[in-house]
Amino acid sequence: MSDETSDRQVVADSLGVGIGVGLYGVSFGALATTSGLSVLQACALSLLAFTGASQFAFLGVVAAGGAPLTGALTAVLLGVRNTFYGITLAPILRVKGLRRLGTAHVVIDESTAMSVVRDDPRQARLGFYWTGLSIFAVWNLMTLVGAVAGERIGDPRAIGLDAAVAAAFLGLLWPRLDSTAARLLALLAAAVALGLVPFTPPGAPIIIGGVVAVLVGLTFVPTTARGADD
Amino acid sequence: MTEIWWGVLAVAVGCYALKLLGLSVPERVLEHPLTVRAAAFIPVGLLAALVAVQGFSTGSEVVVDARVVGLGVAAVLLWRKVPFLPMLIAAAAATALVRLVAG
Repeated sequence: MSDETSDRQVVADSLGVGIGVGLYGVSFGALATTSGLSVLQACALSLLAFTGASQFAFLGVVAAGGAPLTGALTAVLLGVRNTFYGITLAPILRVKGLRRLGTAHVVIDESTAMSVVRDDPRQARLGFYWTGLSIFAVWNLMTLVGAVAGERIGDPRAIGLDAAVAAAFLGLLWPRLDSTAARLLALLAAAVALGLVPFTPPGAPIIIGGVVAVLVGLTFVPTTARGADD
Repeated sequence: MTEIWWGVLAVAVGCYALKLLGLSVPERVLEHPLTVRAAAFIPVGLLAALVAVQGFSTGSEVVVDARVVGLGVAAVLLWRKVPFLPMLIAAAAATALVRLVAG
């Protein structure tokens, strides 16, 4: 993502991520109805909560026989990272009033990631809105398709969609690995997260892995050695 | 069914409130040097954790499966500066191919 990146390139990349990630909504819709939710409940979650990992976490608890409010707690805990995304985005987006209320709804992993990798503030905003809104549109449409089709839909893993999601996160991380400190922090976050997977509820490893890396970074990385400053 | 609706409502309200909270943090907190530094580290930490969990776990188990091939292909293409979308398609295709061959 060099300096010569054009606006058109930013929009194209954002739409690519939006459609690719949004398609995954079909597996959410299908999983939701097989977990005991109605089509309306599946669509309400995608429209109103609109944060994929949290939605899956809710299904995970409900499908395992847990109380819906326990599922909600897990989902909301997983949503805590969106607060940190908002803090990162606030100085870039600078939104007030009603605009802020609408903007907040599309603060998710991908829209944040497609925004923070841009050095130019205008391209950062372009990346945020095109990614967030295209995911919102495709994700909700595909949730409905998946919920209605239910079990008849094929396994998204058969076409490697699960690996594409992991690769998308890797692609977003890549430009940020421009210093030794950043690479070590990424390895630390990944190791902590994987180490916690067997012992913690879904979602927790991501939050804890991320938080540990940030705390270690703040403690040990000199002020001058970060990100694009190198 | 009604109980699930309460859960859905709680997820919706809770998740939206957390998003709005982040965007509403006052300027002077944002300009604090510690916030600036933390904001630079947060995407690295969270994205790395997301790659790890999405690429190497299923439910509560750490697993290495066909996804590792997709991630390997993605890493090579990113290193060769291949654009985002072709990179994603190649990663998905490589993974699907391994699954097809491995049955």
